[in-house]
Amino acid sequence: MGKWGSLRMSLFLLSALPFLGALLVGAVARFGKNAVALVTCACTAIALVAVLGHLPAVTAGQVIVAQMAWLPSAGLNANFMLDGLGFLFALLILGIGLLIINYARFYLSKDDPFARFMVFLLLFQGAMLGIVLSDNILLLLVFWELTSLTSFLLIGYWAHDAQARQGARMALAVTGAGGLALFAGLLILGQIAGSFDLSVILTKADVIQSSPMYVPALVLIALGAFAKSAQLPFHFWLPHAMAAPTPVSAYLHSATMVKAGLFLLARLWPVLAGTDAWFYIVATTGLLTMVYAAKVALFKDDLKAILAFSTISHLGLITFLLGLGTREGLVVAVFHIIAHASFKAPLFMVAGIVDHGAHTRDITALGGLRRAMPISFALALIAAASMAGVPPLNGFLSKEMALEEAAHTVWAGAAWAVPLMATLGAMFSVAYAFRFVGGVFLGPEKLALKDVHEAGFGLWLPPAILVALVALIGLAPMTSAGWLVELAASAAMGQAAEVKIYHWHGLSSPALWMSIAAFGGGALLLGLYPKLRALWNGAPRGDGKRAFEAGLGALIWAARASVLRLHDGALSRNMAIGFVSILGVCALAIWGQGLAHATRMATPLSFAALALGAVLLVVLALAVLRHGQRMLALLYVGVVGLIISIGFAYLSAPDLAITQITVEVVTVILMLLALNILPKTTPRENGFFQRWGAAAIAGAVGLATGALAYVLMLRDAGFPAISAFHLAQSKPGAGGTNAVNTIIVDFRGYDTYGEIIVLGIAALIIAAAAQGLLTAPAVRARLAAIFPMAGRAGDPHPMMLAVATRFLLPIGMLIGVYLYLRGHNLPGGGFVAGLVFAIAFLLQFIASGYGPSAARQRITYHSLIGAGVLIASATGIGSWVVGRPFLTSNYAYVRLWPLETFEVATAALFDLGVFLCVLGAVMMAIASLARLGQAGGTHGQKAAPQPKGGA
Amino acid sequence: MEALIAITIGALTTGGVFLMLQRRTFPVVLGLSLLSYAVNIFIFISGRIALNAPPIIGMGPAPIDPLPQALVLTAIVISFGMTAVILMLALGSFLHRGDDSADGGGP
Repeated sequence: MGKWGSLRMSLFLLSALPFLGALLVGAVARFGKNAVALVTCACTAIALVAVLGHLPAVTAGQVIVAQMAWLPSAGLNANFMLDGLGFLFALLILGIGLLIINYARFYLSKDDPFARFMVFLLLFQGAMLGIVLSDNILLLLVFWELTSLTSFLLIGYWAHDAQARQGARMALAVTGAGGLALFAGLLILGQIAGSFDLSVILTKADVIQSSPMYVPALVLIALGAFAKSAQLPFHFWLPHAMAAPTPVSAYLHSATMVKAGLFLLARLWPVLAGTDAWFYIVATTGLLTMVYAAKVALFKDDLKAILAFSTISHLGLITFLLGLGTREGLVVAVFHIIAHASFKAPLFMVAGIVDHGAHTRDITALGGLRRAMPISFALALIAAASMAGVPPLNGFLSKEMALEEAAHTVWAGAAWAVPLMATLGAMFSVAYAFRFVGGVFLGPEKLALKDVHEAGFGLWLPPAILVALVALIGLAPMTSAGWLVELAASAAMGQAAEVKIYHWHGLSSPALWMSIAAFGGGALLLGLYPKLRALWNGAPRGDGKRAFEAGLGALIWAARASVLRLHDGALSRNMAIGFVSILGVCALAIWGQGLAHATRMATPLSFAALALGAVLLVVLALAVLRHGQRMLALLYVGVVGLIISIGFAYLSAPDLAITQITVEVVTVILMLLALNILPKTTPRENGFFQRWGAAAIAGAVGLATGALAYVLMLRDAGFPAISAFHLAQSKPGAGGTNAVNTIIVDFRGYDTYGEIIVLGIAALIIAAAAQGLLTAPAVRARLAAIFPMAGRAGDPHPMMLAVATRFLLPIGMLIGVYLYLRGHNLPGGGFVAGLVFAIAFLLQFIASGYGPSAARQRITYHSLIGAGVLIASATGIGSWVVGRPFLTSNYAYVRLWPLETFEVATAALFDLGVFLCVLGAVMMAIASLARLGQAGGTHGQKAAPQPKGGA
Repeated sequence: MEALIAITIGALTTGGVFLMLQRRTFPVVLGLSLLSYAVNIFIFISGRIALNAPPIIGMGPAPIDPLPQALVLTAIVISFGMTAVILMLALGSFLHRGDDSADGGGP
């Protein structure tokens, strides 16, 4: 391996590799199953080789690191590390992954979307690899949640199957909730240690264990790990996750993802383990899970359910070993992680082969398959024997070591409890392992099974490789696996681990006798199986799934009840609740707070201002009180808007004044167009709420807002305004003297960029909605009924007006151009220029009618909006060319004969984009409404002209 | 001056909220317009009041805070877009159902 030393791959690239592979799989999906399998395999193999390339350094005790600041202020950094423990898990993830990919290639039928499966699998692989390579625990958490998500996708892969969907949802809910607990736990841990990097946290065992927050952190982290690794009482999701395709069960739910919890417990072992709290929480949970799940496994009939409960049981055993808090326990735990992965994954794969060959996984319907499927039989026999702990296989070795540890464990003063439980667990394990093999392959052949055939080479080779490993580790444990256990265990405990794996511990070893008892008991259990089964069937049992569904149902019921109560579809009710809630929240926030003294002098009130204010209030009152007469109310509101624009001009906001007045014009036109179709009056409401309730809420909101505004205006801000920067930099930095305009097109250009896009989208929505309405026959009929031909004015488009507005068009456009050009230095700019142009065009509509104007139109509104956004984007991207951030503006002074020296700024180009977008959006909105009226007016007379901008 | 502006904001908010709580679509749209005025003025006065101090460099010794003005300027244009979309929704609802109630028939 020496020459691989020079081929070390950065951990950044290594952890990104599966995600890149997922992208590539998407790209080659159309070239068929083999191309997809090849890319997935290649990607996994490269990652595996890269991990192996780090072996010399890791063996030498180095920790490979790759660090990058991501959100340093939040303690979140993209810091990766690879040590012995990470190496072991990376090897499992990628090595078994490689076998699973090949197995899945032959397992999935040609109707299954294969590329999608492989994309999910690679995403999962990347997430899992991320967990074991993370140095930063917040980063670890990101990957942790990603495994929950990808597991959800993989379990629900056969989405047409209701059980798959339910299983996926349950797994996501349970592991996701555990992830939240883990999040809280890791945050506490990071707070105690003063860092979120494992490399720091792992050196602070004393600080962490003496902290009063140690137990809360431990409990929360354990909850997360237990949920992920299917420990009691969260185990119930794993059997339901078996609705996933078998490769997923073999990969995620036996070899890798469910071991993420164990990985985390092992990773944090140096700082969390060794206390009483750790022992009683972790070891007890593990022990109970081991015995309980082993017992349940004996009574399941679905092959995958047997294996699922067996997996839960073995995970429990490993949790128990970690929970002991002893170095020997940790070593055995690491060894059993390897052993379990090597025998459980092939058993799952064999279950898949049997399912394929015999078309059932029900053990009661199977039997006698040893003749038809000799290879699978041999594989299952060896793997199951290892699971049962038959010498000399690796399962025997790890079980003996585990029993040895259990024999010396005293639980709350009782020396007999743990050894007894461990023996019971081993006993059930023997029984279900042999029931699995015997029920499927031995005994008489069942008549119902026809055309049973052995699997092809592609299906049995991957499990065969793992089974060979089972035998190899069993025969020569120290040479084949001892170094790996030592490497991982040393890294996990932070000091050199002593690894001694051997077959014969001597007659004085309690493990020997416990093992013999387990085999005897297991044989007895199998002998008495029919009677025990009858007892089991008759016994009442708690059902995790039913409890889960009930909890979920209660949550959904509560959500629906509260939502329907608050939101019954009535807008007025909904908004009343909203306004009252806002008032309540504000009152809570203000409650008990004192009021600072006024720091500003009141501005003197001029007579003109007072008169204008009085007019506004009177017109406003008329608008509200007489809102039943809609046309009048609209005019009153328009007048209010005009007075406000005068107010803006008076209060040193010339830009706002001209924008407000132009927007007011187009808004009133828009509303008039709508009122053309809508009823002209509002019927008088006699409901108590609409009269007095609405008045009370409105009065309270208005009073609060007004008071807040008054208090605000007489006090200076608590900190200096950031706009001092804008004012100071307006001329030197952005090249313009109008600070409002330089903020819009330069300092806060990003905001403006977003805003013109929003405006464009709004206009497109309106156009699409109008088009949708116009294509509905019922709507057209209603429009026709609203516009009867009789009773309309004789000449809707008087000649005088048409001629006059034609003269006005170029003048209006000239004003627009003028406002645009001077905008950078004086009031004006793209927004208002766009509005002025729109008004100039609208005058043509009003005077000459929509149809003739639309017929003359050569540029569509869509392309105006699009061009505006494109120009603004191009201006922003242009700054990349000169190596500056997006939307950095630049300007220069140009002298062009015979003109004076003038300034050219990229911001002006951006403002052009704003101008085009605003013009296009306003015109499109108004044209869309006009088309509705037009459709009604011409219904039955002639077809409405199709404007270029409308469709 | 401050009192007058505060009263104006309060009155516009009251009128706007009152109209928005009515049961027909058109008053709701009008109410939204009035509330938009109130909100825009509120954001504007967060730069405090100054007379004859436009935010233009070189036109006065102490120009007014330009940032709220820039925010309000875009808000005015966006509120036009919002009004237009809501009007379209109101029209669609009226043309489909033949009735301009905003309180619908329940979910």
